[in-house]
Amino acid sequence: MKKYKVITSLSYPQEGAMGKTGSWRVFRPVLDVSKCVKCLRCWIFCPEGSIKRNKDNSVEINYDYCKGCGVCSNVCKVKAITMDREAKKE
Amino acid sequence: MTIMIDTGNYIAAKAAVMARPQVVAAYPITPQTTLVEGIANYVANGEYKGEYICVESEHSAMAACIGASETGSRTFTATSSHGLLLMHEMLHWASLARLPIVMCNINRVIGPGWNIWTDENDSIAQRDTGWIQFYCSSNQEIFDTIIQSFKIAEHEKIVLPVMINYNAFILSHTSMPADIPTQKEIDDFLPPFKPHWKLDVNNPVTHGNIIGTAYYEHIRKGMQDAQDHAKKIIKDVAKEWERQFGRHHGDLIEYYHCDDAEYILISTGAIGAESKAAINNLRKEGIKIGLARLRVFRPFPEEEIRKLAKQSELIVIDRNISIGSNGAFYNEIKSALYGVSDTKVTGFIAGLGGKDVPYHDIETMCKKAIKSKKVNNSQIWFGFDGGE
Repeated sequence: MKKYKVITSLSYPQEGAMGKTGSWRVFRPVLDVSKCVKCLRCWIFCPEGSIKRNKDNSVEINYDYCKGCGVCSNVCKVKAITMDREAKKE
Repeated sequence: MTIMIDTGNYIAAKAAVMARPQVVAAYPITPQTTLVEGIANYVANGEYKGEYICVESEHSAMAACIGASETGSRTFTATSSHGLLLMHEMLHWASLARLPIVMCNINRVIGPGWNIWTDENDSIAQRDTGWIQFYCSSNQEIFDTIIQSFKIAEHEKIVLPVMINYNAFILSHTSMPADIPTQKEIDDFLPPFKPHWKLDVNNPVTHGNIIGTAYYEHIRKGMQDAQDHAKKIIKDVAKEWERQFGRHHGDLIEYYHCDDAEYILISTGAIGAESKAAINNLRKEGIKIGLARLRVFRPFPEEEIRKLAKQSELIVIDRNISIGSNGAFYNEIKSALYGVSDTKVTGFIAGLGGKDVPYHDIETMCKKAIKSKKVNNSQIWFGFDGGE
């Protein structure tokens, strides 16, 4: 990858090029693995690539970068992903 | 080399096409219209082979130039007055993104008080956008400065956009002869554009992303350093041009009879050219006066102004005004002298709204400044309401 000398707002593709965007999150997607049917819709629709697909098509959410937009929860046909408020009162 | 006798705009169109930009995007506005019409003529006769984009506004014209420049194309546009003001947001974008776009701005009055004549308030309002600003005083200088500007803008130590300003009608629509070098000579002087960064599918980058405060500061400092480098590089490019084509219009400043001068008049653009006639007449009367025509406003030639102030009293004519303060040149000249010189600086506001400033008025201003012994801290509105 070629790096440019000129000083302007340029970033190069890498994990977390924008920093730990997970800190922006207000609602946290929580996956109920027992309901998941491995359809991978959440993996396809996540706009940030924050859902990791495993070899057996099970999925995991990367909370370092998930901004909590809720798209995954919305597209899940079996309602396996709920959006819980971060720092919920005990 | 051939002699072309034509208007400032048509000569600018010739220069723009000879610089071989891959993309021109423009929207017409009086008095810039014949410039972009001139380029359209070169498209029609096959002389210009680049992409010519007719857009729906000046904001879009600059946006198109930004997009084109980001893909690594040499780009050119031109505008005037309200068109330049509509570009304002995009002007910042172009310089912060470090895109060496070259643009002509034909200095025209801002309305209301609808008026198509010349003053400098349009470009002065873009002072803080990070663009390098030239002010030309003849059609030959327009041609030469456009070609030089591409070289300056694209220089690895600069990488900033350049705005070439010249006066509505006085230059844009007045025919004068200009030496036009051959295409080969221009190509030798100005090699093809090598972009300093670009959007490239084979080397993907994200541009214009959110960045934190500490990084942002680096961008501003980088631009400031680039403008500082420009002070030297503008001189070098002017010298190189002189070696190759035998013409020199000054670098940051054009000096005229300054060597033994006790008084130095500082003016720009068409008033700068007219000032030479005034200097000749005043010299005939035995007044030791010279002219420093400011050719570049950004970067501001502070060092040069300090040198002039060491030997002479200064007289400044501004064809612009920062309302609530003074003319931009007067303010910046005084600011350059702070702490290093107490020399008298007399400032005039003249020629707003395109009012004619003939050489005999310039002589009157100079004499008034020389006669007055007291230091004025505000400028005199010359000829206001018919008075002196």
